[in-house]
Amino acid sequence: MEGINSEIIIVILATGIRLAAPFLLAALGEMFTQRSGVYNLGVEGIMMMGAFVGFFITLIGGSPLLGIAASLVVGALMGLLMAVVSVTFKAEQGISGIGLYMLGWGLSGLLFRLYVGAITTIDGLKPVAIPLLSDIPFLGPILFNQNGLVYSAFLLVPISAFILYKTTWGLNVRAVGTMPEAADTLGVSVQGIRYQCLIVGSMLAGLAGAFLTVGHANMYADNITAGRGFISIALVYFGRWSPWGIMLGALLFSMADSFQSMVQVLGINFPYELAVVLPYVITIFALAISFGRVWGPAALGKPFQRGTRG
Amino acid sequence: MAENMQHLEMLGITKRFPGVLSNNNINIQLGTGEVLAILGENGAGKTTLMNILYGLYQPDAGEILLKGKSVKINSPREAIALGVGMVHQHFMLVPNLTVTENVILGLSRKILVDLKTAAIRIKEISDSYGLAINPDAYIWQLSVGEQQRVEIIKALYRGANLLILDEPTAVLTPQESKELILLLKNMAAQGNSIIVISHKLNEVMAVSDRVTVLRDGEVCADVKTRETSSEALARLMVGREMTRHKREGKSSPGKPVLELQEVFAKGDKGTEALSGITLEIREGEILGIAGVSGNGQKELAEVISGLRKVTKGKLCLNGKESTNHPPIDLIKMGLGYIPEDRMHVGTIPSFSIWENFILKDHHKSPFAKGTFLQNRWIRSHSSSLVEKYGIKTPNLETPTGRLSGGNIQKIVLAREINRNPKTLVAAYPTRGLDIGATDYIHSKLLEARSNGIGVMLISEDLEELINICDRIAVLYDGRIMKVMPVEEADESTLGLLMAGLSEAAS
Repeated sequence: MEGINSEIIIVILATGIRLAAPFLLAALGEMFTQRSGVYNLGVEGIMMMGAFVGFFITLIGGSPLLGIAASLVVGALMGLLMAVVSVTFKAEQGISGIGLYMLGWGLSGLLFRLYVGAITTIDGLKPVAIPLLSDIPFLGPILFNQNGLVYSAFLLVPISAFILYKTTWGLNVRAVGTMPEAADTLGVSVQGIRYQCLIVGSMLAGLAGAFLTVGHANMYADNITAGRGFISIALVYFGRWSPWGIMLGALLFSMADSFQSMVQVLGINFPYELAVVLPYVITIFALAISFGRVWGPAALGKPFQRGTRG
Repeated sequence: MAENMQHLEMLGITKRFPGVLSNNNINIQLGTGEVLAILGENGAGKTTLMNILYGLYQPDAGEILLKGKSVKINSPREAIALGVGMVHQHFMLVPNLTVTENVILGLSRKILVDLKTAAIRIKEISDSYGLAINPDAYIWQLSVGEQQRVEIIKALYRGANLLILDEPTAVLTPQESKELILLLKNMAAQGNSIIVISHKLNEVMAVSDRVTVLRDGEVCADVKTRETSSEALARLMVGREMTRHKREGKSSPGKPVLELQEVFAKGDKGTEALSGITLEIREGEILGIAGVSGNGQKELAEVISGLRKVTKGKLCLNGKESTNHPPIDLIKMGLGYIPEDRMHVGTIPSFSIWENFILKDHHKSPFAKGTFLQNRWIRSHSSSLVEKYGIKTPNLETPTGRLSGGNIQKIVLAREINRNPKTLVAAYPTRGLDIGATDYIHSKLLEARSNGIGVMLISEDLEELINICDRIAVLYDGRIMKVMPVEEADESTLGLLMAGLSEAAS
């Protein structure tokens, strides 16, 4: 691999950091959802809706912030829908999640064709160079010259850890996902916590989608999420339901992703067909080695019904 | 305050479930500082009554008075607010949270959890009753007895002065049970009122001041403990004279049917669960495996039945090596297996009774010709088993999961024994069954013994082991502590061995 100089490495790493943001946002959201005992396989669909709505509102409203706000709202609504179906009506979570994915996919594509139709670019988020820090050689341009959503995504890692382990709500979430019967007998609302987690998790998924259009590509295209929602779900397992583990996984995948896109763009001497499948191969490989030894939320995937056993 | 002030009165409580009258006009009283035992067989309505008191169910009729005031309890939360605490039979603890986190779960109204203050109060409560619980320990690190004490702390932390314990000694070693009984008496002496739900006569006699006996949803007796006896209580509870089946005479064991030599195996979490087990079972004897569950019993049964891999060591069935053979081979070699989980491993709950009867033989004559099932044979075979084993079921098509635990166990037992095995491994065959069903299972195991079958009985119930086994082995931490003839075994020796104390028992 000749011709790789430090500039290219900086570009690859900086893009890798940037591309970690959607994984982080979606996976941290899914972490909360799963910690409360619900799988949300609809993340990909919610991301697609978030991506479209974020793009569309930015396009007509003129401000990326409006677009981001709209993606949060649409995420919350889809989370609410998932909650009604899987928590209140206790539908099989895997199936309702796939339903949500199909809904997001179809609806975002339909709305795009109805109201936009052609590839249009928007004025997305601009990088914000952090004074002083961004001047550090090598690290500065990689870490401290990103847009606001990237900073937020990384800040969300310690914040999520704090919420999960230090707050009453986090304690409730952990209890509900592991032993809902216990939480129920102590007056914690199992359904309430699951609703909250699904809504918050889906808002983050919506935000992750908006990042792709408003904070990265500055345009919308069909299937712009390209499986990132599903990879985020895998990342939750890979990271063992812990924010720091998820960050590690997100960086691993985003770096591979960044590498593959740079291979194509910059014509690095590396078979690009291999590079393109690299992130997905890593997903499967990482899951294969991390599965089996996982100690996840014990009640994951099980709808709660008072007094079913015993 | 009057000495005999009633803490709790439940008057005329009636609760109907579809097709069942679970509680019929039940009256109970509980004095302040009193320990009341509610005794009854499974299905007598004990648990329903307590769930009404704890706010999980609403009674169809009747009234609850707490300290003379009529109350309506709509949820566990309201029960807790009224000072009623419950220690469930299956602990309501979150294993990957600490003691403190479990105790304050649902209580904190602030955004941040204040674990420090809570831990101090837990320490105070723990010290004042001598509970010896470390607030920072994770639940999964604690023994079952300690977990139970955490449940008690949980109730006390919430200000409970009326404590309900559902079958509290079911999962404890004899020593732990004794400690619990002392603890409950101590708590009562300090002014707490306690209700113990149980179907174990010894513990009722040991712990309570008064006994209310329930049968078929009605109160059939309310007696002072010191004015009654276990025999009298057994009669009241079952409603007829009980003849308990016991081992008769010395066994005349023949050749070995099952041998384990230095067997090692891993548990579900990948840690070593069996560390060098050597055992031998011979024709016509019952070998009991005593021990607190979780010390390798499940793995032992699974290793023998081919469901778990042996990592080291050797297994022989009828003198032929059977190490790591697939289950089908072992079945063919004459192994019968009554698994611990009768509901999901022993049977397929959604399958009908006749389907469950032929699970191991459906591919063979006379139940099948080629690929076709021979319904006429299967039906006559099934109905004869239903009759022979006294299985109570509407018909042969009933899904097995709808039957009671005792009847499901009879189906498993009928299937396994009727296949004429050489060796029968029975894991906790009477767990959760009432006296009648338990006695029936015992009689069938003894019958198998006299027919020359070698039986391994894994159990936590020492009385059961002493009554029907010829030899007893104690399993602790994946090792056999000792194998002894039943004549040398008594509850206290076994109890110490079960707690891992080999020196003390010698």
